[in-house]
Amino acid sequence: MKIERWLKDHTFHHSEFWDLRAMVAEKEKQNLKISLCIPTLNEEKTIGKEIVIFKSELMNRYPLLDEIAVVDSGSEDRTLEVARAFGADTYYSGDILKSQGFKRGKGENLWKAIHQLTGDVIVYVDADIKNIHPRFVYGLVAPLIYRPAIKYVKAFYERPLAVSKTHIRPSGGGRVTEILTRPLFSLFIPELTAIIQPLSGEYAVRREVLEQIPFPIGYGVETAHLLDVHAKFGLEAFGQTDLDQRVHRNQETRSLGKMAFGILQTFLGRAEALGMIDGLPELHKVLNQFQVKDNEHELVGFKITEEERPPMIEIPEYQQRFQRTV
Amino acid sequence: MPDTIEDVLGRLPDIRDATRDLKETLLANLVMTGEIPAPTFQEANRGQFLRDRFSECGLSSVSVDEVGNVMGIREGSDGDSARNVLLVAHLDTVFDARADHTIEVREDRVIGASVGDNALGVATLATLPSLLDMLGVEMRSNLMLMGSTRSLGRGDLEGMRFFLENTDRPIHSGVCVEGVQIGRLSYTSLGMVRGEITAEVPDAYDWTRFGASGAIRQLNDVMTAINRIPLPQTPRTSIVFGSIHGGTSFNTIATQAALRFEVRSDSSDEVRRVHERIAEIAEEQTAETGANVKLDIVAQREPGGVPFGHPLVKHTRAVMDRLDITPRVSPSTSELAVFIRRNVPAVTLGVSTGRNLHEAEESVEIEPMFTGLAQLVGVVIAIDEGLCDED
Repeated sequence: MKIERWLKDHTFHHSEFWDLRAMVAEKEKQNLKISLCIPTLNEEKTIGKEIVIFKSELMNRYPLLDEIAVVDSGSEDRTLEVARAFGADTYYSGDILKSQGFKRGKGENLWKAIHQLTGDVIVYVDADIKNIHPRFVYGLVAPLIYRPAIKYVKAFYERPLAVSKTHIRPSGGGRVTEILTRPLFSLFIPELTAIIQPLSGEYAVRREVLEQIPFPIGYGVETAHLLDVHAKFGLEAFGQTDLDQRVHRNQETRSLGKMAFGILQTFLGRAEALGMIDGLPELHKVLNQFQVKDNEHELVGFKITEEERPPMIEIPEYQQRFQRTV
Repeated sequence: MPDTIEDVLGRLPDIRDATRDLKETLLANLVMTGEIPAPTFQEANRGQFLRDRFSECGLSSVSVDEVGNVMGIREGSDGDSARNVLLVAHLDTVFDARADHTIEVREDRVIGASVGDNALGVATLATLPSLLDMLGVEMRSNLMLMGSTRSLGRGDLEGMRFFLENTDRPIHSGVCVEGVQIGRLSYTSLGMVRGEITAEVPDAYDWTRFGASGAIRQLNDVMTAINRIPLPQTPRTSIVFGSIHGGTSFNTIATQAALRFEVRSDSSDEVRRVHERIAEIAEEQTAETGANVKLDIVAQREPGGVPFGHPLVKHTRAVMDRLDITPRVSPSTSELAVFIRRNVPAVTLGVSTGRNLHEAEESVEIEPMFTGLAQLVGVVIAIDEGLCDED
């Protein structure tokens, strides 16, 4: 019953928040600062449009965003040049918090952004969205502005009615979500099944939450967030917003296998730490997949280690920059 | 004291620099306009977007008329006696609603269906009020901005014709805004007739009859006959075969085929003569073969234009010259024809350079857009200052 009540009260549709003028006024009244972080790796084809739309609509026209930042893991294409050409702040992740070194992964960029960006709220939006629209930001930020008790707002998407090309697909109820994450949540933490799209890469979070949770640097970052925020603050801290459709590149099943492997590592580690399971053996870090060569099946092993960054609040430079203590 | 044309020209470089501050606004308008499908007769969603933009910019009389034209007015300081200057960009595109309308923004260009024709024209109208506000341009005239519907193909400029036939405001002069190509300067309209010839082979067709060969061959015979129509070099006259459709496979005899064409000429007599001849060809083909060959005329225009020496044309050229835009003068069969027919002095201008027009990879360059916008602002100011009035 709790899930049903929560769904009713904490699930939004972006169209509820069409009045951007009012939203900006409320944001200013609360003296809230909002930063947008777009983590990237070789996204020159889609990044330009995202920056143009957000800068024009949510900075120039309606000043909802105080900062638009691209945090990059070392693109080999012109991602950063394109982003800069349209007025985004651009950072190479390895240049942020140099004392902590550099690890390659999306989670690393998200974590470094907490130190680099100055907002009270950080909204993360992936760079590969083809049908980008301002709602991808304001739909997620709005519940944080209007509902002080909500701390973490996650996106979910409807399936598009028609998709023009076969290689584009809707992400609504993605394969890894339905085959792995949702069954796991159902087994161990049924409350979290209320989150319709637990793996979506778009979410807005208050700094006071972000700085307190650890960040896996790879595939497990979204799963870890949900488990940790749920353990610390409960389901009431979450909100979710329907952003209609999201069109992006399709991923091959094999890539999804790697993603699932990383997510499982994160999940099992968390489940043990939270006392939901115990006596886990040492987990292997190599995912074996097959490929066929000259009619022979060949085993290919991928080493996938879900390294983690500690809560940002524990980093001395961060404490100093934001006048925070553990 | 009104400015002289030299005063206006002197401001152009600064205006061009200032437009760069609205780069993201213009590009965002371009992306958001272009990603809304708007085939002719289905422009409502794209129109709604433009209407919202006009409202957000604080234009007055923001409205949508019976045929879907979207209007917004930047009121002039002359109040009731203000003249009305109409800027129009057609909303519709040649792309089917099911085509992929995803737009990509690169450092130097924007790529996607309809970006050049005419999302950039519409985005320019959506951006212009902010640009004029930013530049501190206060006009005496009412600047009427209109996204027009049903322009292309069978639309036959219906939106524009409806507006000029029914508006109670006298229009002093007009500018048609096309996304591409910058340098385009049209002030004359061609005589034109546009039609579709369909060939159908009846179900009970006698395949044993001599020459029996299906609808595509019928159409081919028609095209051969049309190609034999003599065309004079003066007045300039041409026949364009725009598209052909027909048949279903490699080896099935086609039962239906269609040809879309346009006849253009500086002379309405020539248009009429060629039109009549094409009608005869269609009738002959039906009579001789038993196939059903039909001619359907979907649009017609009378030729006309603003004289070369008209101050509007002269000063538009001066503005282009000052911005180092090389004018490419070409007659038009679009919205301009409606202005001309109603004796409203008007020109058609392009905003940027584009490639792959009407293909999925249609693209427009970003850098020329600033010059294209400055050109438009220059011409609008010159009109407002009365510099483009005839003596």
